[in-house]
Amino acid sequence: MSLGPVLLRLAGVGRTHGEGDLAVHALRDVDLEVRVGELVAVMGPSGSGKSTLLNLAGGLDTPTTGTVTLAGTEVAGMDARGRARLRRRSVGYVFQDFNLVPALTAAENVALPRELDGVAARAARTEALDALTAVGVAEVADRFPDELSGGQRQRVAIARALAGPRRLVLADEPTGALDSVTGEEVMQVLRARVDAGAAGLLVTHEARFAAWADRTIFLRDGVVVDTTGFAPGPDELLAGSTRTGRGR
Amino acid sequence: MTVRNSLLALLAEQPMHGYQLKQEFERRTGGTWPLNIGQVYTTVQRLVRDGLVVPVPQGETGPAEDVPVERFRLTPDGEAEAAGWWSRPVERGAPARDELAIKLALAVTVPGVDVAAMIQAQRTETLRSLRDYTRLKASAARAGAAEGADLAWSLVLDNLVFAAEAEVRWLDHVEARVARAARAGGLRAKASTDATGASTPSEGATGPRATGDASTHHSTAAPSGRRGAP
Ligand SMILES: Nc1ncnc2c1ncn2[C@@H]1O[C@H](COP(=O)(O)OP(=O)(O)OP(=O)(O)O)[C@@H](O)[C@H]1O
Ligand SMILES: [Mg+2]
Repeated sequence: MSLGPVLLRLAGVGRTHGEGDLAVHALRDVDLEVRVGELVAVMGPSGSGKSTLLNLAGGLDTPTTGTVTLAGTEVAGMDARGRARLRRRSVGYVFQDFNLVPALTAAENVALPRELDGVAARAARTEALDALTAVGVAEVADRFPDELSGGQRQRVAIARALAGPRRLVLADEPTGALDSVTGEEVMQVLRARVDAGAAGLLVTHEARFAAWADRTIFLRDGVVVDTTGFAPGPDELLAGSTRTGRGR
Repeated sequence: MTVRNSLLALLAEQPMHGYQLKQEFERRTGGTWPLNIGQVYTTVQRLVRDGLVVPVPQGETGPAEDVPVERFRLTPDGEAEAAGWWSRPVERGAPARDELAIKLALAVTVPGVDVAAMIQAQRTETLRSLRDYTRLKASAARAGAAEGADLAWSLVLDNLVFAAEAEVRWLDHVEARVARAARAGGLRAKASTDATGASTPSEGATGPRATGDASTHHSTAAPSGRRGAP
């Protein structure tokens, strides 16, 4: 895999809620670059700032300090409409709580952002069905969210984030409600999309899923405390394939 | 016991010679646990001694064999033993000695060890292994259909993946418990210093911490995006 240009850049990003004694430093001085072709996982305990980081990366929130640059444009410099357009066009977001519209079917939920973006209804529906097929829930296309299981709802939310040509995919615990095999299938889909020319940021509590990323950053109290660094090349990896772990 | 039972299981399929046994074992487990040929022969000799395996008489080695190598097959007792292995659960008796568990147990008792930093460095390292296994699995899946030996290897990799994940979860748990214990200790210390009127600030273990050089490992041509990169 070769990495493309930087798609997302966070420089000295901080986010503080409230002021004075009541201030909560949700994120402090985070530097991060994600390139096209790269999937980065974010791990850390509850409240460490993972969702905050994703919201800032996707332009849903603006930083208190520092800058967020998406595809060469600084997000803070845009007005709300510009940001909304950028989000719809470039960013696929899987929310921690799925965020499906209850009054729309699964397929309509997936097609909605594309239609808002001016894609014709038929084309948007075709894209939606493709995305639902890719995550293995084509059969629920015409059901409403309250007629779906938690895992199906989750996969519909992932399909929505992947429908159309999104360049940045942000996923907040996308495998939370899934069994291990389905979770792995979802990771395969996400990985394939990134390999095909997107950049991805994945929040997860499960190391097994973070292992699909090229590198993992660890957050603690809003600060990046460690990173795995990039993956070794395939040659190095195969040479080490008989390794079973620490010295026995 | 593992090697012994594995060789019996392989011989239950068909008679094999020593090198073939080694090859088949490694092929089906993806070379994850290499066997040395000496170990294979020693084990086979023991099986012969115990009456579970016999050498195939030379005349029966088949016309296609250019080099007459001694092959082995199961006796009826050997067949019963091989079948028994499948139906008997693997015993989980005394836990294997695990360096990490021992290291952490000692770390929390020896004063002056930065347990939090140790846990984070370990978590990062384990996640790197986990990533390697995951990539090997993905490349194995790309290379061929999930059948026979490919499926077998992929399942062995899954075993390593789940074990590594369990280790990370355990590290999360240890970290949370150590932090809680430190907080409780800190509060107790604070209460007693408050009582005596002294004003030494007590230090919790929950703040961000230095991580040493844990991230220098595997740092192949990393473009940027890492903290501390120029
Ligand atoms: N609107 C807000 N006002 C005040 N504090 C906030 C707000 N949003 C988030 N926070 C705080 O910021 C911190 C980081 O929150 P965040 O949602 O990013 O955590 P997280 O890592 O995603 O946690 P989880 O794993 O539980 O989802 C938390 O302490 C949270 O309480
Ligand atoms: Mg969150």
